Amino acid sequence: MCTTCGCGDPELVPVELHEKILAGNDRAARHNRDHFVEAGVLALNLMGSPGSGKTAVLEATARAAKGRWRLGAVSADLATDNDARRLEAAGIPSKAITTGQACHLDAELVHHALHGFPWRDTEVFFIENVGNLVCPAIYDLGQAANVVVLSVTEGEDKPLKYPVMFRAADLVLLAKCDLLPHLDVKVERVEDALARVMPRPRMLKLSARTGEGMDAWIAWLEERRAPVAEKRKTLGPVTGAGPASPLAWGHSHGTGRGH
Amino acid sequence: MHEYSLIQSLVARVEAEARARSAVAIHRVVVQVGELSGVDPELFRTAYETFRAGTLCEGAELELRRLEAGWRCPACRRTIEKGAVLSCPACGTPAALAEGADAILLETIEMEVP
Repeated sequence: MCTTCGCGDPELVPVELHEKILAGNDRAARHNRDHFVEAGVLALNLMGSPGSGKTAVLEATARAAKGRWRLGAVSADLATDNDARRLEAAGIPSKAITTGQACHLDAELVHHALHGFPWRDTEVFFIENVGNLVCPAIYDLGQAANVVVLSVTEGEDKPLKYPVMFRAADLVLLAKCDLLPHLDVKVERVEDALARVMPRPRMLKLSARTGEGMDAWIAWLEERRAPVAEKRKTLGPVTGAGPASPLAWGHSHGTGRGH
Repeated sequence: MHEYSLIQSLVARVEAEARARSAVAIHRVVVQVGELSGVDPELFRTAYETFRAGTLCEGAELELRRLEAGWRCPACRRTIEKGAVLSCPACGTPAALAEGADAILLETIEMEVP
């Protein structure tokens, strides 16, 4: 009520919030992250343009990491489960997330996809985002790190054109490097562009086709995975296929509801 | 076009706050858009105009405050120019982004309360 003159009229008040509009997503992302950390699973958010070679990088990763770690993935596209099928064929247990018209994954979509998927049996878990250099950058999914795949055919100044995405990257994989002899692209120029949008630029040259750079990529993964896996050790070994029912993966949401 | 899903979150949050305070009307919603928030202010406004119909925000003006991305050396506080390499030219420390420049924040809701 108006307290100035006591007239009883409604009063105009400014309610100060200073709150992130993505606060809801950030909460869901924290929930996902807690699960990944507590299960000792290294979760990575793999982003990049459509056609940059995200799926090919994962296929090559499956070949290079064979017998080393158990991998898993969820793979998002607006339509089709083609990428998830490719990953399955490459030996990575995968699940498709079909986003319909949505141009990005959010933490809730990832959480939903984890239900009924034996992600706890994996050691390195990839979240292959929708091919898009804009929207996915601002949604935290609960990953330990962001990896952006940039193919050499996309142009040296891509990082300058999409600074939000590249600033969010912990690692950039410069993909399709086997094509460099056929292009006018200079790797130094890509590195220079990255240094202008990433305070801590880190890039690895890669070719999923020839296997170039895969050792360095595997080494980067191991560097990230080792501290996460320490957690798993303290929890004891992972048990085979796990419970039959996805509901038995059990954890509390604070409401007594498990999944 | 994630601006539409952001507007849905914004409107839902504003409505919840208005209900919690038994507001009779919402006059203005103030949002700060950081230059590196990944949000296009014009698209954001268009999305708001589309979505506010039929919500408690129908009569509420959207005020957007843009926050430029400023980079500084966190060690010696030196400003790093826009477009420059993001490490301090003096001490080599990786640059730090100004607070809020990568975020989209619901700052204020002006509402009429009984």
